[in-house]
Order: sequence, then C-alpha cells, then structure tokens
Amino acid sequence: MSTVREPSYRKRIGYHAGLLWAMAAICSAALVIAYKATDEDIKLRQREDMQATLQQVIPARLYDNDILSDKLDIPLDGHVMAGKAMITVYRASKHNKLTGFAYQVTGLGYAGPIEIMLGVDTSGRILGTRVISHSETPGLGDKIEIKKDDWIELFNGLSLGAPSTEKWKVKKDGGQFDQFTGATITPRAVIKAVRQGLEFFQQHRTELVHIDNKTSVQK
Amino acid sequence: MTITYNRIARDGFWNNNVVMSQMLALCPLLAVTSTATNGLGMGLATTVVMIASALIISLIRDFVTTEVRIPVFVLIIAAIVTIVDLSMNAWLHELHKVLGLFIPLIVTNCAILGRAESFASRNAVRYSVFDGLMMGIGFIFVLVLIGAMREMLGSGTLFANASLLLGDQFQFLEMTLIPEYGGFLLMILPPGGFLALGFLLAGKRLLDRRITFSEKKETRVDLSMPEQATS
Repeated sequence: MSTVREPSYRKRIGYHAGLLWAMAAICSAALVIAYKATDEDIKLRQREDMQATLQQVIPARLYDNDILSDKLDIPLDGHVMAGKAMITVYRASKHNKLTGFAYQVTGLGYAGPIEIMLGVDTSGRILGTRVISHSETPGLGDKIEIKKDDWIELFNGLSLGAPSTEKWKVKKDGGQFDQFTGATITPRAVIKAVRQGLEFFQQHRTELVHIDNKTSVQK
Repeated sequence: MTITYNRIARDGFWNNNVVMSQMLALCPLLAVTSTATNGLGMGLATTVVMIASALIISLIRDFVTTEVRIPVFVLIIAAIVTIVDLSMNAWLHELHKVLGLFIPLIVTNCAILGRAESFASRNAVRYSVFDGLMMGIGFIFVLVLIGAMREMLGSGTLFANASLLLGDQFQFLEMTLIPEYGGFLLMILPPGGFLALGFLLAGKRLLDRRITFSEKKETRVDLSMPEQATS
C-alpha cells in the first residue's frame, strides 16, 4: 500500500478480520439498498416483457382484460412435456367473455430446450405462436425466430384436426411443414411441441373455459 | 516514473491498452462484439465499474492491508457490478436483455482487478479515477472497433439497435451498409471474433513500429553513416 510505515496494530489478525467483516457489512448494506430501489421497476419490466410476448400470440383486438392477472396453473399429470410439471395459462377475454388462451410449451431442440409461446382461441385453433428462447445454430436453426423468418407463422389457424395427424410433420417425414436446409431437428422439435400444446389444451379445455363463472364464446 | 494526466491518458488509450497491450478481458470482448452497439454498451458498463472501483479502492487504500487486499477488492468490484446489473435491468431493460449474462461476468474481467491492484491501490484518488476512465475509454475503443468490423462484414449493418442503448434520438446511427446482404456468418460466430482481434493486434504492432521508426529517423544525426534503420 502507499504508506511506508505501517502501524503495528495493522499486523494483528484482528485487524485483518475486522476489515473483512466491515467491508462485507458495508457491501451487503449497499446491495440491499440497490435491490430495494430497483425491485419494483424490474418487476414492472418483466410484466411489460410478458405483455409484449402475449400480444404477439393473441391479437390485441381480441381482448380487453388484464391478461396477466387472469391466469391458471395447470399441473401436467402423465402428460409430461420436456420435464415440465406445470403450465401457466393466461386467459384473454373481451366484454367478460373468454376469447383466447396463451401458454408456454417447451420443445427439445438440437442444442437445448426451445421455449414457445402458444396462443389459441376457445375452439383450440392457433391464433399465433412465437419462439421465446432457444439455443439453435445461428444461420441454420434460428429460422424459427420471427425476426429471421416467417416460418413460425405457418402455424396460424391450424388445429388438432386440421391438418390431420400425419400432416403434422416436416415435409421430409410426409407432413406439410417446410424444413430448413441443414437443420431438420429444430423444426421437428417446434412442430412436436406445438402439437403437444394443442393436445394439452384439448385435455384441459373444460377446466379452462369454465372456471370463475366466465362464459365462453363458441366460434 | 512520474505520474501525469498526460501519461495516464496515453497509457490507458494506447500504450498500455487493456486489450491490445495487456491482453486482458478477451472473453467478454469476443462474446459481445457481434454488433458495434453491444460492444459500446458493454464498454460503458465496464467503464462505470472501473471508475467506481478505482474511486473506492484508492479512497480506502491506506486502510487495506496487503494480506487481505484481494478479497476486499473482489468484494467491492462484485458489489459494484451487481448494482450496475440491477440498475440496467430496471432502467435499461432492452439493452440488459441483449447483453444478458455478460454484465455479471464483468466481475471476472481481469482488467478491473488488475488496475485496482496495480494502480488504484497505490495512487491518489484523482489519478486512479482518471486511470480508470482512460482504461475504460481504451476498452470501449477496441470493443466498438471490433464490433463494427464484425457487424459490417457479418451482417452488413452498422450500429444496429443503437436506439436501444442511446435513446431514440440516435436512431440515425443505425445504418444498413449493404442492403440484401446475405451475411458472412463466420464473422458473427466466435472464429470471426478471433480473426478480427488478430488483425487488430497485428495492425497495432504495425502502427507502433511505424511510429517508433519515424521517431528514430527524426533524432538520428545524419553525419554518421554506418547504421541504417535497426527496427
């Protein structure tokens, strides 16, 4: 350090320990203050993020409620999707009638899990899907992102019955979805996850549309 | 060696540049410089941490003993980085999402602990803070340079997403230099980072050599014949 003569008390172990203790206490205090100061704003940002994602899968004109607060946690029993134990479903309603549902499904991609937000209307038809996060190869598998390619929009309007089960695959496997050159596992994983999402909705549909005395709108 | 602001500035920016001379902080450099804006954002966050840590450490340098200085410095740096991370998450959220994991990783940035240990813990507050600032500016310079190189070659744009970092007034900075550019993907992936860094380092050596060479030429007395340029 810059002082040439160090006072002898400095060499005692008590001083070293006391100094560390004091620094730890001061840093902890600073961190608590910082946490308290930013906590509300961070939670607000997370809500904004979720709102933005939900708006991409359920068109804004279809609902007027506070979609983030009307949510249900559905446990996955025997219908395990990539290890998930529970799915949170957000419900959209207009004039107090249910119009749509949004929830997150997980696919097993080439390089890790792919998180997909799925939006369906009350009859189980897809309103929109978006890939929220993934680790697929840039330039090859990342075409599932809306920023890179429109591929994800192929799902709009589809449901469990239309197309039929054999068509819910990439073209290579006899289905109707385009695959990407050099990356078949990625689109396969997304298609499978979306389909599982639709099956989940069908399984739990009665639960979802009738809780809390909200009447549903048949389309 | 006397310490002057001039010397600190020249060292921080060029002669002892964090990346080009000390070869520190290469990991965040390579990971973050896929675009110029990301590089700039990372550089600014790191500079804030450098200045704050330099200030605090040089303020307490008379009380910290040699035996426990490293834990104390790391503790201070980690606390500062956490505060920066929380602030960015709350108030610069979009940029925070883009930079992601690399903000907490600023703690592991050797440059910060290195400057704390070799400069801030031995010098007056005003010099230490200035040193932190200049080292940070040197780091930003390299980050933006490499980020721009990789972005232009890799995606054909420059300063994409600048408005996320600097605010909407700076949207004019976002340029697409080559429209409909397929993109040289390699430059955005890690190998491209290494390549860009390699060229930058070679370029600096070349420039340094030219500068020393021209300085030598000026001071040589032309009466003596024997030696030509030795460098």
